[in-house]
Parts: sequence; C-alpha cells; structure tokens
Amino acid sequence: MCLGIPGELVGDVEEHTDLAMVDVSGVRRRINMGLLADDQLKPGDWVLVHVGFALSKISEAEAKAVMDMLHGLGQAYTDEIDALKESDIS
Amino acid sequence: MRFVDEFRDADAARALAARIAARCEPGRRYKFMEVCGGHTHTIYKHGIEDYLPEAVTLVHGPGCPVCVIPMGRVDDAVHIARQPDVIMTSFGDMMRVPGGAATFLDAKAQGADIRMVYSPLDALKIARDNPDRRVVFMAIGFETTAPSTAVTVLRAAEEGIDNFSVFCNHVLIIPAVKAILDSPDLRLDGFIGPGHVSTIIGCRPYEFIARDYRQPFVVAGFEPLDILHAVDLLLGQLAEGRGEVENQYARVVPWEGNRVAMEAIGTVMRVRPHFEWRGLGFISHSALEMAEEYAAFDAERIFDIPGTRIADPMACQCGEVLKGVLKPWECKVFGTACTPETPIGTCMVSSEGACAAYYNFGRFSRERVREATRA
Amino acid sequence: MTTEKQVLDRIERVRRRRAVVREERITLAHGSGGKATRTLIDAVFLEAFRNPLLAPLEDGAMLALDGSRAVFTTDAFVVSPLFFPGGDIGDLAVNGTVNDLAVCGARPLYLSAGFILEEGFPVGDLRRIVASMAAAAEAAGVTIVTGDTKVVQRGKADGCYITTAGVGVVERPATPSISAARPGDAVIVSGPIGEHGVAIMLARGELGIEADTVSDTAPLNGLVAELLDALPTQVRTLRDATRGGVATVLNEVAGASGVSVVMDEESVPVQPAVTGMCELLGIDPLYVACEGRLVAVVDGDHAEQAVDIMRGHPVGAGAAIIGWVGEDPPGLVLLRTAFGGTRIVDLLVGDPLPRIC
Repeated sequence: MCLGIPGELVGDVEEHTDLAMVDVSGVRRRINMGLLADDQLKPGDWVLVHVGFALSKISEAEAKAVMDMLHGLGQAYTDEIDALKESDIS
Repeated sequence: MRFVDEFRDADAARALAARIAARCEPGRRYKFMEVCGGHTHTIYKHGIEDYLPEAVTLVHGPGCPVCVIPMGRVDDAVHIARQPDVIMTSFGDMMRVPGGAATFLDAKAQGADIRMVYSPLDALKIARDNPDRRVVFMAIGFETTAPSTAVTVLRAAEEGIDNFSVFCNHVLIIPAVKAILDSPDLRLDGFIGPGHVSTIIGCRPYEFIARDYRQPFVVAGFEPLDILHAVDLLLGQLAEGRGEVENQYARVVPWEGNRVAMEAIGTVMRVRPHFEWRGLGFISHSALEMAEEYAAFDAERIFDIPGTRIADPMACQCGEVLKGVLKPWECKVFGTACTPETPIGTCMVSSEGACAAYYNFGRFSRERVREATRA
Repeated sequence: MTTEKQVLDRIERVRRRRAVVREERITLAHGSGGKATRTLIDAVFLEAFRNPLLAPLEDGAMLALDGSRAVFTTDAFVVSPLFFPGGDIGDLAVNGTVNDLAVCGARPLYLSAGFILEEGFPVGDLRRIVASMAAAAEAAGVTIVTGDTKVVQRGKADGCYITTAGVGVVERPATPSISAARPGDAVIVSGPIGEHGVAIMLARGELGIEADTVSDTAPLNGLVAELLDALPTQVRTLRDATRGGVATVLNEVAGASGVSVVMDEESVPVQPAVTGMCELLGIDPLYVACEGRLVAVVDGDHAEQAVDIMRGHPVGAGAAIIGWVGEDPPGLVLLRTAFGGTRIVDLLVGDPLPRIC
C-alpha cells in the first residue's frame, strides 16, 4: 500500500528542519528525519523513504541474515541441479 | 548493499520455489491474502505467480488506500478544490480516481487549481508561498503515511501558517483486516502482512490474529524474494501447526514500530467512530480525523462539505474480489465495462488494486505465454 | 462456468472496439501518448480526416510526387521549462521532426517552423532557442525554409510553443513500417531509455530531487541511414521513442503488426539515476520519454550486425537487443522480468504519475 524506497544518508540532519540529504542510486533529495528522532543517525546509514519522510532505519545485519539464508538456499539448489545434470550425462 | 537488487535474485527464487512446492501437502490447497496493495503490485510487476505451485493462491486484500476511498469523499474533495481561492494538493495516485461526478484531472481541466505533490511538506511549502490562497492537502494512506501528514500539521502550527489545512482520509489497517477475518464467506490459510505499515505500528497489533483466529501472519518486505520467503514461512508454520506473527522484514520493521510516529498521529488525529470503505462498506473505528486541538487545520471543519454519499455501482463485485471470494477476472464487468480507462470498482482504480494489477500486468494465459517465451 | 481464457478473449475483443472519447473536456492524459491520446486520434482526428495516407498512423505520411517518393510530417513542441540540461525546446523542435522523417526511411531535407509566443516573452530567450534550432538543423543536415510567428496575450500561452513540419525524400526501394514486424525479429534500442523525461522532471524543480541526468535529445537520421544502407530489407520497423517511452512504441508495433513482443528486462539499458528517480516516484522507466532513442525491429539473423552498426555511431553507443518478436499472443507486449517472471507491458491511460502506493 505504500511505496517505501531504501536510500543512503549522505549528509547531516539539519537541526531546525530535521532535513537531511538522502541518495537513491545517484538521485538525491532532502528527506525529513523527524520520525527517527530515537535513532542515532549518521551519514552512511540507510533509511526507508516514504513521501519525503524517513520511516525507519534499515538494519544491515538483519538484511544480511535473510540474504545469506536465501542465497545459501540458491547456491545449494544450483549445486544440486548441476549435480543432477552431471549424473544425467554419466 | 542497496537493499533492493539483492532481493531480486532469480537463483534464490528458484530454490525458494522448489522449497515452497515441497512444503505443499499433496491434495491440499492454500489461500494466502496479501493485505497490502504494494505487495499486489510487486507480485504482478515481477511475475511472482510464475514461481508458485498451483496449490498456492494469493488473494489480493484491501490494503490500497486509494482504492478504498469512497466516491463521495472524492466528490467532497473536488467540491473543496473548486472554491475560487483554494489550491488542492494531492499525491499523483489520487488524480485519476473517479468520484460520482469527476476525477481530480477532470476538475483540473475544468479550472480547479489542483497540484501534484511528492510530500505533504511540499503542500505546506505551497501554502507558505501563496499566503493569499487556501491550500488543502488531500491526505490519504494507512498508518504509513499518516505520521507524515501529522508532522506537517505540527510544523504548520509551529510556523503559524494559517492558510493550510488537511482533508483527512487516513485509514487504519487493523479494522480492515478484522472485517476480512469476520466475513463469513471467506476461507484463508494465512496472511502476508503489510511491511511498511508495520514500520509504524510494529508487529504487536497483529497478535490477535494468531491468538483469536489461529492464522499465521508474516510481515513481509516488498522485493520479490521477500514475498516468496513469506509464502515459504507461512507454509512452514502450517506444516508445524503453528499460527504466529512472524517478521520476515526485520531489516526495516522493528517489532515495536516507531514510537515517535505513533505519538505524532496521536497528537494531531483521533480515531473516527466509523468510516466508509469503498467495496467493504462502513467499518467502525477504521479511520482518522483531525483532533479538536488542530481544528484550525481541518478542511472538514473549515469548508462547508456536502458529505456526498454514493453507493458502489450495482454491477461491481469488488467486495468479493477484496475478500478473495472471486478472482479479478471472475467479476462480471472485469475488462469489459470496467477497465483502467473507465474504472467502475475500487479494485480497478489504482495501479495497486487487484483488478488493475491483473489487467495491466497479468492479463494473459500463462500456458500460451510459456509457449511464446520458450527460449 | 466461464473460463479465464474466455474472459481474456472477450477483453481483447473489447480492446479492439471502436474508440469513443467519453470526457467532455480535454485532460492532460489526452496529450500523454498513451491510451487516451490514441482514443482521441481514432475517435476525433481519424474520424474526420480519414484517408489512406493518414490511416497507417506512421510517424509521417508517404507521398508519391511525380515519380519520386517523399515523407511529410509535423510535430508540435510544448515543454516546461524551455531550457533544460542537455538542450532546449529548439533542439527538440528540430530533432523531433528530423527523427520522424528518418524513421519513415526518408532523408530529411526541409523544415518549417511556426512560433506561438506569449506577450512579454524575452527576446533574448527567443534568440537562444532559435540559435539552438539553427545548430540542430546544421547538425542534422536540414534547412529551415519557411515559418510563421504569432503572438498571444500574456497568460494565454506558456512563453513559447513551436511547431515544425518537415519533408524528406525516400531513396531506397524498401521502407520500414510499423506493421512490418515478423516473428523471429529482434527488438533493438539505440541507448539507455528515459533520460529526457527524467531530465525534464528534474529541471521543473517541483519534486525537490537532484541528479545529473541530461536529456538524450539527438538527431537519428545519420544512424538510420547507416542502418538502412547496410540492412535495407532486414530492418522492418523504425520508431523514435518519445512521450510514452519504449513501452508505448512496442505496443504500437505489436498492435499494427499483429505480433507479440517479448522484452527481456535485464537487457533494457537504464542509467542508475533514471532507475533511482523512477523508484522514488513509483514510475516505470519503460514509459518515460526519450527524444533521441531509436527503436528498431530487425530480422533476427541480422540483429547483432545492426547493434554493431548502431554502436559505431555516437548516438547509438549504448545500443542493445532488448527483446524478440513472437507470434502469440498477437497485439501484446510481454516482459520477462529480471526476477524470472512474466508480465504484460500495456499502454498507459495517461502520463505516468508519481505515486505513493
């Protein structure tokens, strides 16, 4: 229901406006960080952007955990298919 | 890591698809609802159904805030927009949504000053730059979007901008899910939960579903692998006889949600006693209105609004589609009288509506296409 | 019990029914190049002007004049802002008409230019625009030989509108056509897509978004000539992708030729900044405007050769095969997604609007 896009914080958060520059594949926009007042944000952090506001700080560790699992699954599957193909030939 | 492409890997998708197929019990059929229109969009845009076995059906739920706005509210908004000193501001999504009489695009063509904005803060800027005009923001969206509106109103109050107001149409996800769960003609095996709403409300509000309805509920991200992963987790829960709230999207969704955002909503808005949903009818406590303390920013109080009521068209079977009783193409008017150019029902209105997504992206026979695209 | 297939067939029949304009007033969607534009053309213009030269709805009309053949075309240019990174309305006005002639298989020769100017428009800006037109005409090898100027009251126009018409001669026996694509042909695009549309959105400044994207406006006649010299009969269809983007062009090809087009998402060239912009706004780069990108349908066996020819040309350096023509289902454009699924790529109703959901 809601388009949320990950973007990288590339500047500091301005005190009065809560705005900070966020980069999405080379495209930059000033995004309001006010909803992440509880998070300690610094340049290089990734946030989820929706209608000009950052809704959540993205956790690289959590992303990596899921990705490792999924890609591990993918690798195991590919190996298995390869093994199957080889056994077909022999 | 860009948190996007990594979750579009076709090798991992094939592996997940194999595991999903293996987890399906022979002869059993599974019906999962993705609550969120964003998921519906992702499913069709990436062709995710190509990876699912026939035993698994995805039912497209009510989580499209554009689709559920009743036609009368659109007419009310157009009425406000037509006041001579008003600038109506809106997300692009609302521009083509038909009311009883006109869309925003039609009203604009007839002379109303309606401008598209990317953010409610842009609407506030327009108010700041046009002190002699009254600027109204057409606020739509679930809890994901409501905090942005709330923060914008707080900022307007702080800066003393008195020519800015909000036509509040924010809706709440839990009452809608509950209405679906309580409908008698529905049989579901689990839910793919809305990821971005959950960044705000967290995962706790879904616990009643597991507790009272014994249904698995997996909060999921919006990349195609996220959705396959969620289906895999749902099947896993069913296989083990569990019905729990699980968070597949922990990289973005904290279990407790966003405290600051919930407080902003709580300060600026109140829950309405009831609100009409297109296709679903009236649902109690299912939407937000501006709080008394912020009456000065409430377009419903500032303008004399007709409060138009328009019944959903008779031919329309959106209610059944939204509850998953009918597939989009099983509706009598689908694709003939009701198309994205001339939508009759809610599901055809926005690109994330179930019917529009199926019409725009999935309107083909999978067998024929499999033949046609065979390398 | 109706089956899904019966419903799908019924929908395709409805889609082929005669177009009707339902709106009482023109909306912006009628100018988007999508379904609403198509309906307006069919139901209003074609209805009134119907004749065999107009009916094929190519980018220009093929005329037989005293034993030689010529192509005649016209285009109107409205863009806001008038000046943007990579060009201005003057570049567009010349390149747009040059490209319409080129893709019909003609060598562009002469252009007309009509100006509608708003009272109060700075003469300095007009000079700048006209200088761009002169430079673009020289680069494309065409001459602007006639014109007209009208001035309207302040507030009745947005600074400056330009219309250009052009004629070119056809020197080859075979000419490419929108209806000539056949199963087995390859679909090629001459470079990354959507850059003009994104550059314009950025230049308007309304979205508060910053990026370095510049418009892709360029004349395509040199590239087209090389392609047609090398592959005179193997090039089936040529189009320049403008408003509505590559997706709209391919829908026109699929419809007119009665074929399917299957695109491969991973091979469609898109610059990262265009991807980023489209993600932020929730729009699809396949529908974003280009102003100097050729879409070519070429016999499958000669596709690699066509790509090599394009890459040897400055405006075709980023050329790539993006898909193939098939038989079934006729009239539809399909996309094999990078994720490995399939979806339809239909005409949009109007402009791609930024969305939040």
